Amino acid sequence: MSLSYLDNTGDDPTVRARLVVGQNDFHSVTEKVCGIVEQPRPPKFWWLAFAFASSLTLVLFACIGYLVTTGVGVWGLQVPVGWGYAIVNFVFWVGIGHAGTLISAILFLLRQRWRTSINRFAEAMTIFAVVCAGIFPGIHVGRIWLAYWLFPIPNQMSMWPNFRSPLLWDVFAVGTYATVSLLFWYMGMIPDLASIRDRAKTKLRFYFYGLLSLGWRSSNRHWHRFEFAYLLLAALATPLVLSVHSVVSFDFAVSIMPGWHTTIFPPYFVAGAIFSGFAMVVTLIIPTRKFFGLEEIITARHLENMAKIMLATGMMVGFAYSTEFFIAWYSGNPYESFTFLNRAFGPYAWAYWTMVTCNVVVPQVFWVKRLRNNPLMLWVASIFINVGMWFERFVIVVSSLSRDYLPTSWGYYRPTAIDVLTFVGSFGLFFTLFLLFVRFLPMVGMAEVKGVMPQAHLDRPGHRGHGDYHGDIAGVEVV
Amino acid sequence: MNTNTTTHADPGTLYGYLVAFDKVDELLVAATKVRDEGYTRWDAHTPFVIHGLDAAMGIKKTVLPYIVFLAGLTGTAAGLLLQWWTNAVDYPFLISGKPLFSLPANIPVAFETTILFAAISALVGMLALNGLPQLSHPLFSNRTFKRVTDDRFFICIEARDPIFDAEKTKKLLESVSDRPVEEIEDLP
Repeated sequence: MSLSYLDNTGDDPTVRARLVVGQNDFHSVTEKVCGIVEQPRPPKFWWLAFAFASSLTLVLFACIGYLVTTGVGVWGLQVPVGWGYAIVNFVFWVGIGHAGTLISAILFLLRQRWRTSINRFAEAMTIFAVVCAGIFPGIHVGRIWLAYWLFPIPNQMSMWPNFRSPLLWDVFAVGTYATVSLLFWYMGMIPDLASIRDRAKTKLRFYFYGLLSLGWRSSNRHWHRFEFAYLLLAALATPLVLSVHSVVSFDFAVSIMPGWHTTIFPPYFVAGAIFSGFAMVVTLIIPTRKFFGLEEIITARHLENMAKIMLATGMMVGFAYSTEFFIAWYSGNPYESFTFLNRAFGPYAWAYWTMVTCNVVVPQVFWVKRLRNNPLMLWVASIFINVGMWFERFVIVVSSLSRDYLPTSWGYYRPTAIDVLTFVGSFGLFFTLFLLFVRFLPMVGMAEVKGVMPQAHLDRPGHRGHGDYHGDIAGVEVV
Repeated sequence: MNTNTTTHADPGTLYGYLVAFDKVDELLVAATKVRDEGYTRWDAHTPFVIHGLDAAMGIKKTVLPYIVFLAGLTGTAAGLLLQWWTNAVDYPFLISGKPLFSLPANIPVAFETTILFAAISALVGMLALNGLPQLSHPLFSNRTFKRVTDDRFFICIEARDPIFDAEKTKKLLESVSDRPVEEIEDLP
């Protein structure tokens, strides 16, 4: 990596790294971010990507239509594997949806100022991933016109859902997660929508963003409550984000299936979710910052920090894999031991070793500074991690089900073409929503980025001078 | 002393005086000054949250956390009641010998409803306390004020402030900023 002005990845602790590089002031940040939304026409690569993604979305809808009109027999589900691609995809997408809230809530509480450049982007990705995730259990119920049975709505049978089942906890966990993520995302965006409104050159844009920004006038009395609401949402979203994937893991852990019935599942699932979520953020953000010229705001340091988080969470996931093996042996339970030997050396060994290679071996390249600071390297590694995390869920779901207690009921699960196309189609939906987001909404939280720029701080001697945007809420130390 | 004693300004009358700043420091010094003069119906407008401005303006801590806390408790109660009433009272059914209602099995849903209620109240409460959405406001008619969401800082003292005095207030604002003090008309 050349020592250009774009490189702010230095490790010298006496120098505070700049989070926005180049000759930027508040106005240039507004220009850069709003400029993307204000272009009269999106650039050519956007159209190409949109055409491709929206076609894939049609594939998804076609597959769902075929499924609904024909029945779940179009999928490869068979006894003993009654949970196939649909559940794998659900867990995969929900997991990806964890990075956004991690960045916006947990990194906020930990005062990680670098989050400001990427949090909007990651939150948007979270919401779109949860949309994709929500589809799969919805269509997996078979008679999808009865999917409302999942909710405690009075129905013609006068029956209620069974609240002692983790599957129902899941409905509440994912439903709450989707709602809270949406609130968090929207609330953070209000000041930035007001920026677009105030720069609007056309009537349509003025009214559209005017309505969305709710008449925000940047009043400090408003900012005070806004900040408090943001802090409260962060404090609420932090246990929420940890609970969601824990509850997803209960779907497995509460059952008595060998390989599923383990207490390590909640932390293991949460670490994996953050791992895969960051991988997806990196996969999307590297091309986006390049194409839209945001390298000065989403800097090399941001990418490097994400690489470090992927390294850490990847190690946790690897540790969980080995702990599972250890416990399978240490428990002395023959079914448990068999399941894990079967995972590594049985008919699904190919999936298991793909998972280990992608999730444990690939992230090791991030130990080397030169490699993790190479955007191309990072991008390729992030795609491997996405693949690996999909396979992790495949291994968990399919290998346990295909060979449980009774050898007479063993089987080998094979997905059908419809399974595969539905999964591929869900990427289409994800990218379509994502492309609409980068076109119509401010993809960087301008108000937050401005707050971490040096110009936002007092240069009076004696003042600490580095209050971050979300610094002391009480703010008692000044003047 | 008071030239404008009405609490609600008439249509077409003065809403207040607005003055702009280029730098955070200038704004903070000016805000302290306005606060110390004893004004109450005034505000600072900034493109992003400024560290220490709340103290410089003398803003009291919001009641929002209490609202959110109460909403959270309501959520817990709602979640527990829902599970108890549906599964143990209205249509009791035994599943693998599990109790009809027991906290361990009913905590996850109660936890989620707690978060859900609290989070919704945080957003709705914040907007309600701020009086938003309010799509029309006298300040929006000012051209320079459009830069408040970009890179400019403002202070506006409203005419309905009890100690507002057309001349004195203008003088005060002129003394704190190099930029011209602008008159803002109230909405018709």
